[in-house]
Amino acid sequence: MNRRLAKGLLSALAIVIALFWAFPVYWMVSSSFIPTAILQSFIPTFFPVNGTVSNYAGAIADGSFFSALGMSVAITLTVVLFCIIFAFLAAVAISRFRFRGRRSFVIAVLIVQMLPAEGLFIAQYKMVSSVHLLDSVIGVSVIYIAAVVPFTIWMLRGFVAGVPVDLEEAAMVDGLSRFGAFMRITFPLLAPGLVASGVYAFLQAWNEFTVALVLLPSEAAQTLPLWLRGFVQASATRETDWGQVMAASTLVAVPVIIFFLIVQGRLTSGLVSGAVKG
Amino acid sequence: MSADTLTRSNNRRGIRAPLLLLIPSIAILVLGMGYPVIWQIVTSFQQYGLKQQFGQAAPFVGLDNYIALATDPQLWVVVGKSLAFCLITAFVTLGIGTLLALLMSTVTKTARLVLQVALLLAWSMPVVSAMTVWIWLFDRRRGAINYLLDMVPGIEMNRFDWLSTPLTFLLVASIIVVWMSVPFVSFSVYAGLTQVSDEILEAAQLDGATGSQRFWGIILPMIRPVISIVLLLQLIWDLRVFTQIKLLQDAGSKSGDYDLLGTYIYKLGTSAQDFGMASAVSILVLGITIAMSWFYIRSLLKEDAA
Repeated sequence: MNRRLAKGLLSALAIVIALFWAFPVYWMVSSSFIPTAILQSFIPTFFPVNGTVSNYAGAIADGSFFSALGMSVAITLTVVLFCIIFAFLAAVAISRFRFRGRRSFVIAVLIVQMLPAEGLFIAQYKMVSSVHLLDSVIGVSVIYIAAVVPFTIWMLRGFVAGVPVDLEEAAMVDGLSRFGAFMRITFPLLAPGLVASGVYAFLQAWNEFTVALVLLPSEAAQTLPLWLRGFVQASATRETDWGQVMAASTLVAVPVIIFFLIVQGRLTSGLVSGAVKG
Repeated sequence: MSADTLTRSNNRRGIRAPLLLLIPSIAILVLGMGYPVIWQIVTSFQQYGLKQQFGQAAPFVGLDNYIALATDPQLWVVVGKSLAFCLITAFVTLGIGTLLALLMSTVTKTARLVLQVALLLAWSMPVVSAMTVWIWLFDRRRGAINYLLDMVPGIEMNRFDWLSTPLTFLLVASIIVVWMSVPFVSFSVYAGLTQVSDEILEAAQLDGATGSQRFWGIILPMIRPVISIVLLLQLIWDLRVFTQIKLLQDAGSKSGDYDLLGTYIYKLGTSAQDFGMASAVSILVLGITIAMSWFYIRSLLKEDAA
Protein backbone atom coordinates (compact mmCIF):
# COMPACT_ATOMS: atom_id res chain seq x y z
CA MET A 1 0.00 0.00 0.00
CA ASN A 2 2.78 2.35 0.97
CA ARG A 3 4.68 1.51 -2.19
CA ARG A 4 1.67 2.11 -4.37
CA LEU A 5 1.19 5.53 -2.78
CA ALA A 6 4.82 6.38 -3.44
CA LYS A 7 4.47 5.29 -7.04
CA GLY A 8 1.37 7.45 -7.45
CA LEU A 9 3.09 10.50 -5.97
CA LEU A 10 6.14 10.02 -8.15
CA SER A 11 3.93 9.64 -11.21
CA ALA A 12 2.19 12.90 -10.38
CA LEU A 13 5.60 14.53 -9.96
CA ALA A 14 6.68 13.18 -13.35
CA ILE A 15 3.63 14.72 -15.00
CA VAL A 16 4.23 18.09 -13.34
CA ILE A 17 7.85 18.06 -14.55
CA ALA A 18 6.63 17.10 -18.02
CA LEU A 19 4.34 20.13 -18.08
CA PHE A 20 7.20 22.43 -17.08
CA TRP A 21 9.49 20.96 -19.70
CA ALA A 22 6.99 21.23 -22.52
CA PHE A 23 5.88 24.71 -21.51
CA PRO A 24 8.27 26.73 -23.76
CA VAL A 25 7.22 24.69 -26.79
CA TYR A 26 3.56 25.16 -25.89
CA TRP A 27 4.20 28.86 -25.34
CA MET A 28 5.75 29.28 -28.77
CA VAL A 29 2.91 27.55 -30.61
CA SER A 30 0.18 29.10 -28.49
CA SER A 31 1.50 32.66 -28.86
CA SER A 32 1.89 32.24 -32.58
CA PHE A 33 -1.92 32.12 -32.83
CA ILE A 34 -2.62 35.10 -30.60
CA PRO A 35 -3.31 38.46 -32.29
CA THR A 36 -0.56 41.02 -31.79
CA ALA A 37 -2.85 43.51 -30.09
CA ILE A 38 -3.54 41.03 -27.27
CA LEU A 39 0.14 40.04 -26.93
CA GLN A 40 1.05 43.70 -26.45
CA SER A 41 -0.65 43.80 -23.06
CA PHE A 42 1.51 43.34 -19.99
CA ILE A 43 -0.48 40.37 -18.74
CA PRO A 44 0.52 37.16 -20.57
CA THR A 45 -2.22 35.28 -22.41
CA PHE A 46 -1.97 31.62 -21.51
CA PHE A 47 -4.48 30.18 -23.97
CA PRO A 48 -5.03 31.19 -27.61
CA VAL A 49 -8.79 31.68 -27.25
CA ASN A 50 -9.48 33.94 -30.19
CA GLY A 51 -6.88 32.34 -32.40
CA THR A 52 -5.72 33.81 -35.70
CA VAL A 53 -3.33 32.72 -38.42
CA SER A 54 -2.51 36.28 -39.41
CA ASN A 55 0.84 36.00 -37.62
CA TYR A 56 1.81 33.21 -40.00
CA ALA A 57 0.72 35.26 -42.99
CA GLY A 58 2.85 38.11 -41.69
CA ALA A 59 5.91 35.88 -41.21
CA ILE A 60 5.65 34.28 -44.64
CA ALA A 61 5.07 37.67 -46.28
CA ASP A 62 8.63 38.52 -45.30
CA GLY A 63 10.29 38.38 -48.70
CA SER A 64 13.12 36.00 -47.90
CA PHE A 65 11.18 33.18 -46.21
CA PHE A 66 10.84 31.07 -49.32
CA SER A 67 14.40 31.57 -50.49
CA ALA A 68 15.58 30.54 -47.01
CA LEU A 69 13.31 27.51 -47.11
CA GLY A 70 14.72 26.54 -50.50
CA MET A 71 18.28 26.94 -49.27
CA SER A 72 17.61 24.87 -46.14
CA VAL A 73 15.97 22.10 -48.15
CA ALA A 74 18.80 21.99 -50.70
CA ILE A 75 21.52 21.86 -48.05
CA THR A 76 19.66 19.35 -45.91
CA LEU A 77 18.99 16.95 -48.79
CA THR A 78 22.62 17.11 -49.90
CA VAL A 79 23.89 16.42 -46.41
CA VAL A 80 21.45 13.59 -45.73
CA LEU A 81 22.16 11.84 -49.01
CA PHE A 82 25.94 11.93 -48.83
CA CYS A 83 26.04 11.26 -45.13
CA ILE A 84 24.01 8.08 -45.42
CA ILE A 85 26.11 6.75 -48.29
CA PHE A 86 29.47 7.61 -46.75
CA ALA A 87 28.58 6.44 -43.25
CA PHE A 88 27.01 3.24 -44.51
CA LEU A 89 30.12 2.27 -46.46
CA ALA A 90 32.37 3.08 -43.53
CA ALA A 91 30.15 1.23 -41.05
CA VAL A 92 30.26 -1.88 -43.24
CA ALA A 93 34.03 -1.61 -43.44
CA ILE A 94 34.56 -1.43 -39.70
CA SER A 95 31.96 -3.96 -38.60
CA ARG A 96 32.31 -6.57 -41.35
CA PHE A 97 36.05 -6.56 -41.94
CA ARG A 98 39.06 -6.91 -39.71
CA PHE A 99 42.00 -5.00 -41.09
CA ARG A 100 45.07 -3.16 -39.98
CA GLY A 101 44.18 0.39 -38.98
CA ARG A 102 40.58 -0.46 -38.17
CA ARG A 103 40.98 0.39 -34.52
CA SER A 104 42.77 3.65 -35.28
CA PHE A 105 39.94 4.61 -37.60
CA VAL A 106 37.29 3.92 -34.96
CA ILE A 107 39.21 6.01 -32.43
CA ALA A 108 39.82 8.77 -34.97
CA VAL A 109 36.07 8.89 -35.62
CA LEU A 110 35.43 9.28 -31.91
CA ILE A 111 37.99 12.03 -31.55
CA VAL A 112 36.88 13.96 -34.62
CA GLN A 113 33.40 13.97 -33.12
CA MET A 114 34.82 15.89 -30.20
CA LEU A 115 36.56 18.59 -32.21
CA PRO A 116 34.89 21.91 -31.56
CA ALA A 117 33.44 22.97 -34.91
CA GLU A 118 32.93 26.39 -33.34
CA GLY A 119 36.69 26.67 -32.96
CA LEU A 120 37.30 25.83 -36.60
CA PHE A 121 35.03 28.23 -38.39
CA ILE A 122 37.77 30.71 -39.25
CA ALA A 123 39.76 28.04 -41.06
CA GLN A 124 36.59 26.78 -42.69
CA TYR A 125 35.75 30.32 -43.80
CA LYS A 126 39.20 30.79 -45.30
CA MET A 127 39.05 27.43 -47.02
CA VAL A 128 35.59 27.90 -48.49
CA SER A 129 36.17 31.49 -49.56
CA SER A 130 39.47 30.63 -51.24
CA VAL A 131 37.60 28.34 -53.66
CA HIS A 132 34.80 30.93 -54.05
CA LEU A 133 32.12 28.78 -52.48
CA LEU A 134 30.81 31.21 -49.86
CA ASP A 135 27.02 31.56 -50.07
CA SER A 136 26.82 28.24 -51.92
CA VAL A 137 25.12 24.98 -51.04
CA ILE A 138 28.29 22.97 -51.68
CA GLY A 139 30.56 24.91 -49.33
CA VAL A 140 28.32 24.56 -46.28
CA SER A 141 27.39 20.99 -47.14
CA VAL A 142 30.99 19.79 -47.16
CA ILE A 143 31.51 21.14 -43.65
CA TYR A 144 28.20 19.70 -42.42
CA ILE A 145 28.86 16.25 -43.87
CA ALA A 146 32.27 16.18 -42.21
CA ALA A 147 30.67 17.18 -38.91
CA VAL A 148 27.83 14.66 -39.10
CA VAL A 149 29.54 11.63 -40.65
CA PRO A 150 31.44 10.53 -37.51
CA PHE A 151 28.32 10.19 -35.40
CA THR A 152 26.38 8.44 -38.18
CA ILE A 153 29.23 5.95 -38.65
CA TRP A 154 29.20 5.37 -34.91
CA MET A 155 25.47 4.80 -34.93
CA LEU A 156 25.25 2.66 -38.07
CA ARG A 157 28.05 0.44 -36.93
CA GLY A 158 25.85 -0.74 -34.08
CA PHE A 159 23.11 -1.60 -36.56
CA VAL A 160 25.42 -3.41 -39.00
CA ALA A 161 27.00 -5.38 -36.18
CA GLY A 162 23.51 -6.33 -35.00
CA VAL A 163 22.78 -8.24 -38.23
CA PRO A 164 24.21 -11.74 -37.77
CA VAL A 165 26.87 -12.70 -40.29
CA ASP A 166 25.42 -16.24 -40.21
CA LEU A 167 22.36 -15.02 -42.09
CA GLU A 168 24.55 -13.68 -44.88
CA GLU A 169 26.62 -16.83 -44.99
CA ALA A 170 23.53 -19.01 -45.17
CA ALA A 171 22.41 -17.02 -48.20
CA MET A 172 25.84 -17.45 -49.74
CA VAL A 173 25.64 -21.19 -49.23
CA ASP A 174 22.34 -21.01 -51.09
CA GLY A 175 24.19 -19.57 -54.05
CA LEU A 176 24.14 -15.79 -53.67
CA SER A 177 27.36 -13.82 -54.12
CA ARG A 178 28.75 -12.00 -51.12
CA PHE A 179 27.45 -8.73 -52.52
CA GLY A 180 24.09 -10.27 -53.42
CA ALA A 181 23.73 -11.73 -49.94
CA PHE A 182 24.51 -8.39 -48.44
CA MET A 183 22.01 -6.52 -50.59
CA ARG A 184 19.19 -9.05 -50.16
CA ILE A 185 19.64 -9.97 -46.51
CA THR A 186 21.56 -7.37 -44.57
CA PHE A 187 20.47 -4.22 -46.34
CA PRO A 188 16.72 -4.57 -45.64
CA LEU A 189 17.48 -5.28 -41.99
CA LEU A 190 19.48 -2.08 -41.86
CA ALA A 191 16.66 0.13 -43.11
CA PRO A 192 15.73 1.41 -39.62
CA GLY A 193 19.35 2.31 -38.95
CA LEU A 194 19.64 4.14 -42.24
CA VAL A 195 16.44 6.06 -41.53
CA ALA A 196 17.68 7.00 -38.07
CA SER A 197 21.02 8.21 -39.46
CA GLY A 198 19.27 10.14 -42.18
CA VAL A 199 17.06 11.89 -39.70
CA TYR A 200 20.03 12.67 -37.47
CA ALA A 201 21.77 14.28 -40.46
CA PHE A 202 18.54 16.09 -41.31
CA LEU A 203 18.26 17.56 -37.83
CA GLN A 204 21.85 18.74 -37.76
CA ALA A 205 21.75 20.33 -41.20
CA TRP A 206 18.34 21.91 -40.67
CA ASN A 207 19.14 23.40 -37.26
CA GLU A 208 22.77 24.39 -37.64
CA PHE A 209 23.49 28.04 -36.98
CA THR A 210 27.19 28.82 -36.41
CA VAL A 211 28.74 27.51 -39.61
CA ALA A 212 25.86 28.90 -41.67
CA LEU A 213 26.36 32.30 -40.06
CA VAL A 214 29.99 32.33 -41.18
CA LEU A 215 29.78 30.63 -44.58
CA LEU A 216 26.55 32.20 -45.86
CA PRO A 217 27.12 35.91 -45.34
CA SER A 218 24.74 37.29 -47.96
CA GLU A 219 21.06 37.61 -47.24
CA ALA A 220 20.01 35.82 -50.43
CA ALA A 221 21.79 32.64 -49.29
CA GLN A 222 20.34 32.46 -45.77
CA THR A 223 19.08 29.20 -44.31
CA LEU A 224 15.98 29.13 -42.12
CA PRO A 225 17.78 29.57 -38.76
CA LEU A 226 19.59 32.62 -40.15
CA TRP A 227 16.33 33.92 -41.58
CA LEU A 228 14.65 33.51 -38.19
CA ARG A 229 17.42 35.41 -36.47
CA GLY A 230 17.20 38.20 -39.05
CA PHE A 231 13.42 38.28 -38.67
CA VAL A 232 13.72 38.65 -34.90
CA GLN A 233 16.31 41.40 -35.24
CA ALA A 234 14.27 43.30 -37.83
CA SER A 235 11.26 43.06 -35.57
CA ALA A 236 13.26 44.28 -32.57
CA THR A 237 14.13 47.56 -34.28
CA ARG A 238 10.45 48.47 -33.85
CA GLU A 239 8.43 47.16 -30.91
CA THR A 240 9.03 43.40 -31.27
CA ASP A 241 5.98 41.75 -32.83
CA TRP A 242 6.08 38.63 -30.67
CA GLY A 243 3.13 37.00 -32.41
CA GLN A 244 4.87 37.06 -35.77
CA VAL A 245 8.21 36.12 -34.26
CA MET A 246 6.66 33.07 -32.58
CA ALA A 247 4.91 32.13 -35.83
CA ALA A 248 8.25 32.34 -37.67
CA SER A 249 9.87 30.30 -34.94
CA THR A 250 7.14 27.65 -35.14
CA LEU A 251 7.54 27.45 -38.92
CA VAL A 252 11.22 26.59 -38.48
CA ALA A 253 10.53 24.10 -35.69
CA VAL A 254 7.55 22.10 -36.91
CA PRO A 255 9.26 19.91 -39.55
CA VAL A 256 11.96 19.04 -37.05
CA ILE A 257 9.54 18.20 -34.26
CA ILE A 258 7.58 15.86 -36.52
CA PHE A 259 10.63 14.00 -37.84
CA PHE A 260 12.13 13.81 -34.41
CA LEU A 261 9.09 12.27 -32.78
CA ILE A 262 9.10 9.60 -35.48
CA VAL A 263 12.64 8.33 -34.99
CA GLN A 264 13.83 9.24 -31.53
CA GLY A 265 13.78 5.70 -30.10
CA ARG A 266 16.26 4.52 -32.69
CA LEU A 267 18.52 7.50 -32.13
CA THR A 268 19.09 6.81 -28.46
CA SER A 269 19.32 3.04 -28.78
CA GLY A 270 21.87 3.53 -31.57
CA LEU A 271 23.99 5.79 -29.41
CA VAL A 272 23.82 3.54 -26.37
CA SER A 273 24.66 0.39 -28.31
CA GLY A 274 27.63 2.25 -29.81
CA ALA A 275 28.80 3.22 -26.34
CA VAL A 276 28.25 -0.21 -24.81
CA LYS A 277 29.96 -2.09 -27.60
CA GLY A 278 32.93 0.29 -27.36
CA MET B 1 44.64 -12.26 -30.51
CA SER B 2 41.19 -13.25 -31.69
CA ALA B 3 41.24 -10.29 -34.04
CA ASP B 4 44.21 -11.84 -35.82
CA THR B 5 42.48 -15.11 -36.47
CA LEU B 6 39.48 -13.21 -37.72
CA THR B 7 41.71 -11.32 -40.10
CA ARG B 8 42.63 -14.46 -41.91
CA SER B 9 39.31 -16.25 -41.95
CA ASN B 10 36.94 -13.37 -42.43
CA ASN B 11 38.74 -11.17 -44.87
CA ARG B 12 38.93 -12.98 -48.13
CA ARG B 13 39.62 -9.94 -50.24
CA GLY B 14 42.67 -8.69 -48.43
CA ILE B 15 42.90 -5.16 -47.15
CA ARG B 16 41.61 -3.38 -50.23
CA ALA B 17 37.85 -3.75 -49.86
CA PRO B 18 37.52 -2.11 -46.44
CA LEU B 19 39.82 0.73 -47.42
CA LEU B 20 37.79 1.42 -50.54
CA LEU B 21 34.69 1.59 -48.38
CA LEU B 22 36.38 4.04 -46.04
CA ILE B 23 37.71 6.39 -48.69
CA PRO B 24 34.66 8.69 -49.02
CA SER B 25 34.41 9.22 -45.25
CA ILE B 26 38.13 9.74 -44.83
CA ALA B 27 38.22 12.18 -47.74
CA ILE B 28 35.37 14.30 -46.41
CA LEU B 29 36.79 14.29 -42.89
CA VAL B 30 40.22 15.36 -44.12
CA LEU B 31 38.64 18.14 -46.17
CA GLY B 32 36.06 19.38 -43.67
CA MET B 33 37.88 18.81 -40.37
CA GLY B 34 41.49 17.77 -40.92
CA TYR B 35 42.53 20.64 -43.17
CA PRO B 36 40.88 23.32 -40.98
CA VAL B 37 42.55 21.92 -37.85
CA ILE B 38 45.96 22.00 -39.49
CA TRP B 39 45.37 25.46 -41.00
CA GLN B 40 44.33 26.68 -37.60
CA ILE B 41 47.41 25.23 -35.91
CA VAL B 42 49.72 26.77 -38.53
CA THR B 43 47.94 30.14 -38.43
CA SER B 44 48.19 30.26 -34.66
CA PHE B 45 51.95 30.66 -35.15
CA GLN B 46 51.54 33.43 -37.70
CA GLN B 47 50.79 37.09 -37.68
CA TYR B 48 47.52 37.04 -39.60
CA GLY B 49 45.63 40.33 -39.44
CA LEU B 50 43.90 42.66 -41.87
CA LYS B 51 46.92 43.01 -44.21
CA GLN B 52 47.11 39.26 -44.65
CA GLN B 53 43.40 39.18 -45.46
CA PHE B 54 44.22 41.28 -48.49
CA GLY B 55 46.89 38.98 -49.77
CA GLN B 56 50.09 39.83 -47.91
CA ALA B 57 52.15 36.85 -46.88
CA ALA B 58 51.65 35.87 -43.24
CA PRO B 59 54.98 35.90 -41.40
CA PHE B 60 55.67 33.24 -38.81
CA VAL B 61 55.99 34.78 -35.39
CA GLY B 62 56.68 31.70 -33.31
CA LEU B 63 54.88 31.71 -30.00
CA ASP B 64 54.01 35.43 -30.12
CA ASN B 65 50.25 34.86 -30.34
CA TYR B 66 50.36 32.41 -27.44
CA ILE B 67 52.49 34.75 -25.36
CA ALA B 68 50.07 37.59 -26.08
CA LEU B 69 47.25 35.31 -24.96
CA ALA B 70 48.97 34.11 -21.84
CA THR B 71 49.61 37.68 -20.73
CA ASP B 72 46.13 38.94 -21.58
CA PRO B 73 44.14 39.05 -18.33
CA GLN B 74 40.88 39.47 -20.23
CA LEU B 75 41.33 36.11 -21.91
CA TRP B 76 41.84 34.33 -18.61
CA VAL B 77 38.65 35.88 -17.28
CA VAL B 78 36.83 34.48 -20.32
CA VAL B 79 38.50 31.06 -19.90
CA GLY B 80 37.56 30.99 -16.21
CA LYS B 81 33.97 31.98 -16.93
CA SER B 82 33.70 29.41 -19.73
CA LEU B 83 35.07 26.62 -17.57
CA ALA B 84 32.76 27.51 -14.69
CA PHE B 85 29.80 27.75 -17.06
CA CYS B 86 30.71 24.44 -18.68
CA LEU B 87 31.26 22.50 -15.44
CA ILE B 88 28.16 23.81 -13.67
CA THR B 89 25.89 23.40 -16.68
CA ALA B 90 27.18 19.93 -17.57
CA PHE B 91 26.89 18.56 -14.02
CA VAL B 92 23.47 20.10 -13.44
CA THR B 93 22.35 18.61 -16.76
CA LEU B 94 23.72 15.20 -15.83
CA GLY B 95 22.15 15.34 -12.36
CA ILE B 96 18.69 16.34 -13.55
CA GLY B 97 18.91 13.99 -16.52
CA THR B 98 19.80 11.01 -14.32
CA LEU B 99 17.06 11.85 -11.80
CA LEU B 100 14.49 12.04 -14.59
CA ALA B 101 15.73 8.73 -15.98
CA LEU B 102 15.33 7.11 -12.56
CA LEU B 103 11.88 8.68 -12.31
CA MET B 104 10.97 7.20 -15.71
CA SER B 105 11.90 3.75 -14.54
CA THR B 106 9.76 3.92 -11.38
CA VAL B 107 6.53 5.65 -12.43
CA THR B 108 3.43 4.28 -14.16
CA LYS B 109 3.41 3.73 -17.91
CA THR B 110 1.19 6.74 -18.62
CA ALA B 111 3.31 9.09 -16.54
CA ARG B 112 6.43 7.82 -18.23
CA LEU B 113 4.95 8.39 -21.67
CA VAL B 114 3.86 11.93 -20.79
CA LEU B 115 7.31 12.76 -19.48
CA GLN B 116 9.01 11.25 -22.52
CA VAL B 117 6.86 13.17 -24.96
CA ALA B 118 7.53 16.43 -23.11
CA LEU B 119 11.28 15.81 -23.16
CA LEU B 120 11.15 14.92 -26.83
CA LEU B 121 9.41 18.18 -27.62
CA ALA B 122 12.16 20.13 -25.91
CA TRP B 123 14.86 18.00 -27.52
CA SER B 124 13.52 18.50 -31.01
CA MET B 125 13.33 22.30 -30.86
CA PRO B 126 15.80 23.89 -33.31
CA VAL B 127 18.23 25.95 -31.27
CA VAL B 128 17.30 29.27 -32.88
CA SER B 129 13.57 28.67 -32.31
CA ALA B 130 14.24 27.63 -28.73
CA MET B 131 16.32 30.74 -28.08
CA THR B 132 13.64 32.96 -29.57
CA VAL B 133 10.92 31.64 -27.29
CA TRP B 134 13.16 31.64 -24.20
CA ILE B 135 14.21 35.22 -24.84
CA TRP B 136 10.57 36.11 -24.93
CA LEU B 137 9.84 34.15 -21.75
CA PHE B 138 12.60 36.16 -20.03
CA ASP B 139 11.53 39.44 -21.63
CA ARG B 140 11.77 42.36 -19.25
CA ARG B 141 8.31 43.77 -19.73
CA ARG B 142 6.08 41.16 -21.32
CA GLY B 143 7.84 37.95 -20.36
CA ALA B 144 5.83 35.20 -18.67
CA ILE B 145 8.65 34.44 -16.22
CA ASN B 146 8.79 37.91 -14.68
CA TYR B 147 4.99 37.95 -14.56
CA LEU B 148 4.79 34.61 -12.74
CA LEU B 149 7.70 35.32 -10.37
CA ASP B 150 6.16 38.68 -9.53
CA MET B 151 3.03 36.94 -8.32
CA VAL B 152 5.04 35.12 -5.66
CA PRO B 153 4.68 37.24 -2.52
CA GLY B 154 7.86 38.96 -1.44
CA ILE B 155 9.55 38.75 -4.85
CA GLU B 156 9.74 41.97 -6.82
CA MET B 157 10.53 41.01 -10.39
CA ASN B 158 8.47 43.51 -12.34
CA ARG B 159 10.57 44.65 -15.34
CA PHE B 160 13.66 42.90 -14.02
CA ASP B 161 16.16 42.81 -16.89
CA TRP B 162 17.73 39.34 -16.86
CA LEU B 163 20.19 40.14 -19.62
CA SER B 164 21.57 43.30 -18.01
CA THR B 165 24.21 41.77 -15.73
CA PRO B 166 26.74 39.11 -16.77
CA LEU B 167 25.74 36.80 -13.90
CA THR B 168 22.00 36.68 -14.66
CA PHE B 169 22.82 36.65 -18.39
CA LEU B 170 24.89 33.48 -17.94
CA LEU B 171 22.27 32.05 -15.58
CA VAL B 172 19.64 32.42 -18.31
CA ALA B 173 22.03 30.86 -20.85
CA SER B 174 22.69 27.98 -18.47
CA ILE B 175 19.00 27.37 -17.81
CA ILE B 176 18.32 27.25 -21.55
CA VAL B 177 21.25 24.91 -22.24
CA VAL B 178 20.15 22.60 -19.40
CA TRP B 179 16.59 22.61 -20.73
CA MET B 180 17.80 21.65 -24.19
CA SER B 181 20.34 19.01 -23.10
CA VAL B 182 18.52 17.15 -20.33
CA PRO B 183 16.33 15.11 -22.72
CA PHE B 184 19.35 13.56 -24.45
CA VAL B 185 20.88 12.70 -21.09
CA SER B 186 17.71 11.20 -19.62
CA PHE B 187 16.96 9.09 -22.67
CA SER B 188 20.50 7.76 -22.83
CA VAL B 189 20.64 7.01 -19.10
CA TYR B 190 17.15 5.50 -19.22
CA ALA B 191 18.23 3.23 -22.07
CA GLY B 192 21.19 2.23 -19.90
CA LEU B 193 18.92 1.60 -16.90
CA THR B 194 16.71 -0.78 -18.87
CA GLN B 195 19.77 -2.98 -19.31
CA VAL B 196 20.30 -3.36 -15.56
CA SER B 197 18.86 -6.74 -14.68
CA ASP B 198 15.87 -6.82 -12.36
CA GLU B 199 17.00 -10.08 -10.81
CA ILE B 200 20.15 -8.59 -9.39
CA LEU B 201 18.19 -5.68 -7.94
CA GLU B 202 15.64 -8.01 -6.39
CA ALA B 203 18.35 -10.21 -4.95
CA ALA B 204 19.96 -7.12 -3.42
CA GLN B 205 16.64 -6.05 -2.01
CA LEU B 206 16.12 -9.48 -0.43
CA ASP B 207 19.54 -9.16 1.12
CA GLY B 208 18.37 -5.93 2.72
CA ALA B 209 20.00 -3.28 0.53
CA THR B 210 18.27 0.10 0.83
CA GLY B 211 17.23 2.19 -2.16
CA SER B 212 20.29 4.40 -2.06
CA GLN B 213 22.60 1.41 -1.55
CA ARG B 214 21.10 -0.23 -4.61
CA PHE B 215 21.65 2.98 -6.62
CA TRP B 216 25.26 3.60 -5.61
CA GLY B 217 26.28 -0.05 -5.32
CA ILE B 218 24.57 -1.67 -8.30
CA ILE B 219 22.82 0.67 -10.69
CA LEU B 220 25.50 3.34 -10.95
CA PRO B 221 28.41 0.98 -11.62
CA MET B 222 26.35 -0.78 -14.30
CA ILE B 223 25.39 2.39 -16.14
CA ARG B 224 28.80 3.99 -15.75
CA PRO B 225 29.75 3.61 -19.44
CA VAL B 226 26.68 5.57 -20.50
CA ILE B 227 27.12 8.19 -17.78
CA SER B 228 30.73 8.83 -18.67
CA ILE B 229 30.19 9.28 -22.41
CA VAL B 230 27.15 11.49 -21.79
CA LEU B 231 29.00 13.64 -19.27
CA LEU B 232 31.97 13.99 -21.59
CA LEU B 233 29.78 15.07 -24.50
CA GLN B 234 28.01 17.61 -22.29
CA LEU B 235 31.32 19.05 -21.08
CA ILE B 236 32.58 19.38 -24.65
CA TRP B 237 29.36 20.90 -25.95
CA ASP B 238 29.00 23.32 -23.05
CA LEU B 239 32.60 24.48 -23.32
CA ARG B 240 32.15 25.55 -26.93
CA VAL B 241 28.63 26.92 -26.52
CA PHE B 242 28.19 29.62 -29.12
CA THR B 243 24.70 29.91 -30.61
CA GLN B 244 22.92 30.46 -27.30
CA ILE B 245 25.34 33.16 -26.17
CA LYS B 246 25.38 34.84 -29.57
CA LEU B 247 21.59 35.03 -29.74
CA LEU B 248 21.29 36.23 -26.15
CA GLN B 249 23.78 38.94 -27.04
CA ASP B 250 21.52 39.91 -29.95
CA ALA B 251 18.76 40.46 -27.42
CA GLY B 252 20.89 41.95 -24.66
CA SER B 253 24.37 43.40 -24.55
CA LYS B 254 27.19 42.60 -26.94
CA SER B 255 29.92 43.85 -24.60
CA GLY B 256 32.92 41.68 -23.77
CA ASP B 257 31.66 41.08 -20.23
CA TYR B 258 29.05 38.76 -21.72
CA ASP B 259 31.48 36.65 -23.73
CA LEU B 260 32.36 33.00 -23.34
CA LEU B 261 35.10 31.35 -25.41
CA GLY B 262 32.88 30.77 -28.47
CA THR B 263 31.81 34.37 -28.89
CA TYR B 264 35.27 35.60 -27.86
CA ILE B 265 36.88 33.71 -30.76
CA TYR B 266 34.12 34.82 -33.09
CA LYS B 267 34.73 38.47 -32.25
CA LEU B 268 38.50 38.07 -32.63
CA GLY B 269 37.93 36.56 -36.05
CA THR B 270 35.20 38.84 -37.37
CA SER B 271 35.36 42.28 -35.71
CA ALA B 272 39.07 42.36 -34.96
CA GLN B 273 39.97 40.35 -38.08
CA ASP B 274 42.89 38.88 -36.17
CA PHE B 275 42.95 35.31 -37.47
CA GLY B 276 46.30 34.54 -35.83
CA MET B 277 45.04 35.29 -32.32
CA ALA B 278 41.64 33.73 -33.00
CA SER B 279 43.39 30.55 -34.14
CA ALA B 280 45.55 30.49 -31.05
CA VAL B 281 42.47 30.70 -28.80
CA SER B 282 40.80 27.96 -30.85
CA ILE B 283 43.82 25.74 -30.31
CA LEU B 284 43.56 26.48 -26.60
CA VAL B 285 39.91 25.33 -26.64
CA LEU B 286 40.96 22.25 -28.57
CA GLY B 287 43.62 21.57 -25.94
CA ILE B 288 41.12 21.86 -23.07
CA THR B 289 38.75 19.54 -24.94
CA ILE B 290 41.45 16.93 -25.46
CA ALA B 291 42.51 17.20 -21.84
CA MET B 292 38.93 16.58 -20.73
CA SER B 293 38.49 13.63 -23.10
CA TRP B 294 41.87 12.14 -22.32
CA PHE B 295 40.74 9.83 -19.53
CA TYR B 296 37.86 8.58 -21.60
CA ILE B 297 39.95 7.93 -24.70
CA ARG B 298 42.62 6.22 -22.63
CA SER B 299 40.15 3.90 -20.96
CA LEU B 300 38.71 3.13 -24.40
CA LEU B 301 42.16 2.26 -25.70
CA LYS B 302 42.79 0.01 -22.71
CA GLU B 303 39.51 -1.83 -23.12
CA ASP B 304 40.19 -2.32 -26.80
CA ALA B 305 43.67 -3.66 -26.15
CA ALA B 306 42.44 -6.09 -23.51
